[in-house]
Amino acid sequence: MFNLLLLGALFVFAVAIALFLYRVCKGPSIPDRIIAMDAIGVSLIAMMAILSILLKTDAFFEVILLFGILSFIGTVSFAKFIERGVLVDYDRNR
Amino acid sequence: MEFIGAILLILGCLYIGIAALGVLRFPDFYSRLHASGGAETLGMFLSISGLILIEGFTQTSLKLLIIVVFILLANPIGTHTISRAAYRSGLKPWTKKGE
Repeated sequence: MFNLLLLGALFVFAVAIALFLYRVCKGPSIPDRIIAMDAIGVSLIAMMAILSILLKTDAFFEVILLFGILSFIGTVSFAKFIERGVLVDYDRNR
Repeated sequence: MEFIGAILLILGCLYIGIAALGVLRFPDFYSRLHASGGAETLGMFLSISGLILIEGFTQTSLKLLIIVVFILLANPIGTHTISRAAYRSGLKPWTKKGE
């Protein structure tokens, strides 16, 4: 019964990722694409957690943590790139 | 305990679906951010909390708890940063009459 529930949850997350992917392809401005990519990252994290419970394995957690950190760093660096135009600014007095 | 976990997982899936629908259908960037930032974080939090309650108190659920705390800290910071960057780079909010 719980396997069926977990499979249904995986299906819902897959549909949500498909909708976010449409917004990534279509999105009129660059921040739209960035928040859709961030949402895809969070959905993938939840999907991997459900999959690791479903397969009763312990091997996915480092991947999940690394994926979360990379998604966060990617969002923040894209935001800084939009705001300033550069990724690493050498002038510290701005 | 597993029953409460199942209810939390179903609620989390519902919130993720609402977030996806909002990102798909809202008219401009800030309202899409309003859908994505709140409902996505809450849906992820509810579904992984449900997984913790289904799993019980083991090492696996402890690692899941670490992941939940990290995402719960990181995701609102990312939302705030991207909204501030979009506003400062000159993206105008959508209004009903002035296109």
